[in-house]
Amino acid sequence: MSELIAQLTEWRDAVLERLPPWWPRALAAILIAIGILLPFAFGETSGFIDATIKALAFVVMALGLNIVVGFAGLLDLGYVAFYALGAYSMGWFASGFFYKAHVHILSSALSTVPGIHFNFLLVLLSAALICAVFGAIIGLPTLRLRGDYIAIVTLAFGEIIGTIAVNGTDIHLTGGNGTPSDPGMTLTAGNLGIPALDLPYFPGIGKFQLLNLRAWYWLIFAILLLVLFVNIRLRDSRLGRAWVALREDEVAAVSMGIPAVRTKLLAYSIGATFGGMSGAFLGAYYTTVNASQFAFSFSIFVLAMIIVGGLGSIWGAVLGALLLSYINFYFIPDVFNSLPGTFGLNFSLTDLSFGIFGFLLVLVMVLRPQGLFPERRRKLELTQEIERDQAMLQEPTT
Amino acid sequence: MEARSLTASTPAGWTGTLARVRETAGGWGLIVALLILPVYFAVKDLTKGYQAGVMAGHPIIVHNLTQFGETLVQGLSNGMIWALIAIGYTLVYGIIELINFAHGDVFMIGSFATVGFWGTIGLGFATGTLGLVFGLFLTLIVGMAVCGSLNVLIERVGYRPLRNAPKLAPLITAVGFSFILQNVGLLWLGGSPVGVNDLLRQGAVVFSISGVDVHRADVLAFGVTIPLVIALTWFLASARAGRAMRATAQDPEAARLMGINVDRTISLTFLLGGMLAGAAGLVYALYQTTIWYFQGFEAGLIAFTAAVMGGIGNVRGAVLGGLIIGIIQQFSDARFGPEWTGAVVFAYLILIMVLRPHGLIGEETREAG
Repeated sequence: MSELIAQLTEWRDAVLERLPPWWPRALAAILIAIGILLPFAFGETSGFIDATIKALAFVVMALGLNIVVGFAGLLDLGYVAFYALGAYSMGWFASGFFYKAHVHILSSALSTVPGIHFNFLLVLLSAALICAVFGAIIGLPTLRLRGDYIAIVTLAFGEIIGTIAVNGTDIHLTGGNGTPSDPGMTLTAGNLGIPALDLPYFPGIGKFQLLNLRAWYWLIFAILLLVLFVNIRLRDSRLGRAWVALREDEVAAVSMGIPAVRTKLLAYSIGATFGGMSGAFLGAYYTTVNASQFAFSFSIFVLAMIIVGGLGSIWGAVLGALLLSYINFYFIPDVFNSLPGTFGLNFSLTDLSFGIFGFLLVLVMVLRPQGLFPERRRKLELTQEIERDQAMLQEPTT
Repeated sequence: MEARSLTASTPAGWTGTLARVRETAGGWGLIVALLILPVYFAVKDLTKGYQAGVMAGHPIIVHNLTQFGETLVQGLSNGMIWALIAIGYTLVYGIIELINFAHGDVFMIGSFATVGFWGTIGLGFATGTLGLVFGLFLTLIVGMAVCGSLNVLIERVGYRPLRNAPKLAPLITAVGFSFILQNVGLLWLGGSPVGVNDLLRQGAVVFSISGVDVHRADVLAFGVTIPLVIALTWFLASARAGRAMRATAQDPEAARLMGINVDRTISLTFLLGGMLAGAAGLVYALYQTTIWYFQGFEAGLIAFTAAVMGGIGNVRGAVLGGLIIGIIQQFSDARFGPEWTGAVVFAYLILIMVLRPHGLIGEETREAG
């Protein structure tokens, strides 16, 4: 087995050496072209394109979480908070939910309709800003804590935001007179959901349609390209190296002059921004914001993506997110759902999705802790740390 | 709060003063934060009064501490369950510095297994007192055995291969096992809470002290938890294996050199934690009379909060934290409504982390020295 892998690695290196120096750019151009042309291969309402749109939104999420967990090494188990905040930004600022307000900015809604109706891009921006601020707020109490305590505090924040989303119907922003036409404005619509979000509208292009998924696909593809570009530039920047340095050895990094507080808070903020953007898009795509979406399992779903892909590796996050999203949105519900039934078992595969993801997490961690597509530095760290520990076991420690 | 958490990077001159401020706030801030809710409600009951019932269409408003006392008693007995689970967290954290995320779900499996078992051996409303006591005792043993071996199994499969891996790796497998167990629970009894036979008629009043009723459920929680905690304390203090556990928690390498089988000792820790979770599972099922697959997740977080509040790695701390969290949770249930309890408990968790990450009694881990 290991000989086979060594042989394959050798071949791969030989091929890479012979490629001209501009091959990464050419590959990127080809991939982007395939990405743009992909929807023409399927129908306008194809289930596969629907799954792909969700998958791309989750890639954006995974790239955001990868900054916090992968680059900066801060285990965030409350990432669902930013999904919620992003989706609620869309619900608050692009629907008739706040029916006592009457604001319209370049929106697809009729100008007579009450509520706050901002243009999609404006909401996307406000979602990003709200999440950036909340990311820093959630980050603040964790600064002095050690790794696993960070996980619990972020988890607690995620759960608090989820609880507020579910019980937001009890939080009254303005009183009403109690009649069905004027019930008073609340913070959220709880498990009933904020209905009928505005469809995105771009001047000169027109309004999006629910029965034509191609426009949605290109929109999230454009967002993804932007986020991917920012991610790659960040990774290679001074800030990106500071994150990795803090992750590897906080004491050494601080003594080299890295401002720990600012660097960590920036990681939380930037990671949260991407989560919020993706959340806002998903809110608009589902055209409803329902509090039951914001459960802890969502955070784990995104975490599983970047772990399966390889923590800290951008391409790992992309491929891990695509893999798990297709499993979750396409293979489990559409393709293999009736598989247990064909073996005479009395459940469908969707009932098992929790367990499947849990099993994947355990399997990847035990068999291949660096993930499927590891970052080079992380791979070294994982193998070296074990070697160092074993060396320490053999020598007497102080 | 923000100023304090920024001290890590403040220049040296400031550090001394700020550290002292933080010390004081950490010592008293948490205690004040803990006392705020009960004191506020007690004062409110005494001054403004509350509605104790309705007579001839008029609400009866009384000014006393009976309602307060009842919440307190229920909080304490609930806290007994959290204490049992919290000990499992604290033992495991003390010995391998891992938040055993799957522990809450082991407790949930404990509830499911005990309810299934007492159904199998035919305990019901028709069973006589002696049969009931004996049957439930047997159920307790079975629940403890099931959860103990489950916990040992998880450790063997998920954590032992990662003993030398970075700290995040076993935490992530723990989350994975938590999901697997939840899925088992989901397939076992479905996705919504299931009522179980109220075998003990838990609402029956056993005795009352100046108007505050003590129910059978409260007696059950105390009667199971206190002997188990005493037995565990004795075991850790005196038994050879218990001393091996404490030695391994302090310094695994030194323990290994002294001839302690570290792997077996860690397995024993998981066994003990799992057994207590199994006992808690039975008590929970009899106490709440509803069980569902998600109870473990909620209980796990509450119990972990309890363990951190008392000082992780510390058994007395876990019990104290469990009781305090039980009281907070019961007050929140009674006064804000159960739908807000999660948020209240988590807000306390964050407060503790900010104000006093070592807990009330102080943690006993390697990092703490």
